[in-house]
Amino acid sequence: MIEQWFPNVNWDKMWEATGETLYMSAYSTFFTFVLGIALGLLLFLTSPGQLWANKITNVFTGAFVNIFRSIPFIILIILLIPFTKLLFDSMRGPNAALPALIIGAAPFYGRMVLIALQEIDKGVIEAARSMGAKTSTIIFKVLLPESMPALVSGITVTSIALVGYTAMAGVIGAGGLGTLAYLEGFQRSREDVTLMATILVLIIVFIIQFIGDFITKRLDKR
Amino acid sequence: MIQLTNVHKKFQLNRSEIVAVDDVTLSIKEGEIFGVIGYSGAGKSTLIRLLNGLETPTSGSIMIHGQEMTSLQGAGLRNARQKISMIFQHFNLLWSRTVEENIMFPLEIAGVKKSARKQKVKELIDLVGLTGREQAYPSQLSGGQKQRVGIARALANDPEVLLCDEATSALDPETTNAILDLLTDINERLGLTIVLITHEMHVIRKICHRVAVMEAGKVVEMGNVLDVFQSPQADITKRFISQVTDTGDTDAAMAHLQQESPHGKLIKLAFIGERTEQPVLAELIRKFPIDVNIVQGNISTTRDGAYGTLVLQLVGDVAVIEEAIAFLDANEVKTEVLIHD
Repeated sequence: MIEQWFPNVNWDKMWEATGETLYMSAYSTFFTFVLGIALGLLLFLTSPGQLWANKITNVFTGAFVNIFRSIPFIILIILLIPFTKLLFDSMRGPNAALPALIIGAAPFYGRMVLIALQEIDKGVIEAARSMGAKTSTIIFKVLLPESMPALVSGITVTSIALVGYTAMAGVIGAGGLGTLAYLEGFQRSREDVTLMATILVLIIVFIIQFIGDFITKRLDKR
Repeated sequence: MIQLTNVHKKFQLNRSEIVAVDDVTLSIKEGEIFGVIGYSGAGKSTLIRLLNGLETPTSGSIMIHGQEMTSLQGAGLRNARQKISMIFQHFNLLWSRTVEENIMFPLEIAGVKKSARKQKVKELIDLVGLTGREQAYPSQLSGGQKQRVGIARALANDPEVLLCDEATSALDPETTNAILDLLTDINERLGLTIVLITHEMHVIRKICHRVAVMEAGKVVEMGNVLDVFQSPQADITKRFISQVTDTGDTDAAMAHLQQESPHGKLIKLAFIGERTEQPVLAELIRKFPIDVNIVQGNISTTRDGAYGTLVLQLVGDVAVIEEAIAFLDANEVKTEVLIHD
């Protein structure tokens, strides 16, 4: 029956494109998570009254985050072409999209991390200091665990946005469901291919949302 | 044990300067429970944070166990803090950790081995009376239980000093008493020096040996709790004491009596220690031909003994009343004439 409704879908190509989308989303989510937390922590710790209070670092980090958060993704991809070439020696395949995906999403996620960290009760940080905790101990045993539910729900939202960005990465030939829907579906007027690609993207998004919600709920002991 | 000398702490806030601690000199003995009382903004929170280096003084010296705290930094300061632990008004537990893991946190900071940590946590949970709740999360505990976790956590590294920052202010009266009993017990059993700050005279009266009264950054009065109760000097101290002695209706009752028999004399008696248990009043009535109306009476118990007040109206011949007051004075009952007729 599926064959009947989607006569033009080449399933091998469809699965390959799904694989590429998953590959790009997973890698970019992972690096966005790490980089975003680093940025968020830097923004938080250098803000006034915090452990590394430092106006200059704070202002520069804030400016960096705001600039890269504001550049439209499609432009960011093009701007980063030289950087990507330097990194991968080529502009073909899913890897080519990763730098733009990560640099586009990490500052966005970094802001979410900052908000999550600001939600932590100041008293808890003071308590850890009063016990003689080092800054690294405060980061890994207080700040990150105490904000983890917010960090996870934030990365869930970011990861879903990243799935959307991967579709745009087709512009530079990165592959994935977006490229497939555009080249095989739209350009050749095969609506069923576009529809199938859309359905698969939706399924991916729903699965990410489900996993994110599940983990957030399990982590939150408040 | 703890010696503060000419300690000042100023804050810069929007170009205006705030003096939080103004020339405070005080010493706290080993093993005593020392209370600092004051209204909010009196500087007591800043004062207690100077003791573990969470705040650094603008000037002055803070010696704890012969160690000058103001000269400590980095690892030295962190190590010192392990021996000067702190509990908080809002408990400040990590909600992501169970009771057991919360108590384990300072041990992790101190680098204690895992097996030793487990053993220590078990002892502490028994000590503070939380057996059976090891795996609970803070959100599943009542306020009193949370503070017990806070106390267990503070005791984990066998501190020499325990700082209590309004530790009972967020608790109901019954739970407050239970926590105060626990603190007294710890003080007696472990010989721990306790410094607490509060705005409740009840806390001072119940567990402190000595008290300092703070107002606008200065210590305005300091002494043994019983002595301060007996003869408060500063106005603010009198106000704090009236928190636990006045019923509130006294003024109305006195005004009423004044109207009823305007020729009487209102006097306030203060009984201390053994005097509270002797029938001075019965003797007074038997000895002198005067009428005695009891307006208000109250007994407060402090750690070092009981302290009672009694407001009386004496009606009769003026000369006899003078003699009666002299008799009371001779019996070591402190009298204070409130209203002349």
